Amino acid sequence: MTIAPTTHEDVIEELKHELEQHEHQSAKHSNLVIFAWSGDLDKVWPTFILATTAAAMGMQTTVFFTFWGLFPLVKNDVHVTGENWMQKMMSVMNRGGTEHLGLSKMNFAGMGPAMMKKLADEHHVASPSELLEVARDLGVKMIPCQMTMDLLGLTREDLIDGLAEPAGATTALMAAQDSITLFI
Amino acid sequence: MDQTIAMSLDLKGLSCPMPIAKTAQAVRDLATGDLIEVFATDPGSVPDFAAWCENTGHELVERSEDGGVYRYLIRKG
Repeated sequence: MTIAPTTHEDVIEELKHELEQHEHQSAKHSNLVIFAWSGDLDKVWPTFILATTAAAMGMQTTVFFTFWGLFPLVKNDVHVTGENWMQKMMSVMNRGGTEHLGLSKMNFAGMGPAMMKKLADEHHVASPSELLEVARDLGVKMIPCQMTMDLLGLTREDLIDGLAEPAGATTALMAAQDSITLFI
Repeated sequence: MDQTIAMSLDLKGLSCPMPIAKTAQAVRDLATGDLIEVFATDPGSVPDFAAWCENTGHELVERSEDGGVYRYLIRKG
């Protein structure tokens, strides 16, 4: 049982203390929401770096994967996705999975990413696949966009494990309230 | 306060954000007040560990450098 404060001064002291604690917490533990729109290697990389770091810093971290951003979540061993020929063709032209991402510039039919991966290895920079693992382990909430999944013909089975339930823009914007938001 | 080091992490050679991410993963297994020692070679880890400790409430007890290897002694907050 706590002893009730007896004087006004005690009450004021206690409230001051609580206020300080509250201010400390709200200043240090904000949330991060990333709208991951791009499927380019050079954009997915910073997305995973920031998400992982934010989670490591104790921030509530959410990544909402939409449009091209969904393809990095496709399992690396899945070749063709989609139900109709248009969706199938799109998946062939733009194969999903963290191991098959292209660069937004200097892609050179895959030579650019190969060079980038070699450089990253030499400089011990963690790959998107490794970062994704750490992000999942640190509790980053990864939400696939349901509408884009339908549009592109991606099923829950095409995507990696450990994701949150597919959701819509409302869920993403709810998470974004009072959060740092990035659109990558 | 004299205390033994509860855990030692060798993160030499790793680049941003892995030194911080791996440390964050490791401190989960520690109790509040435990000491963890981290070795890293990423020069960016110097400001990063300071910022990380400030933000998470862990205490950066000591920082030293020897031949390009940084050693951080952190008390879990």
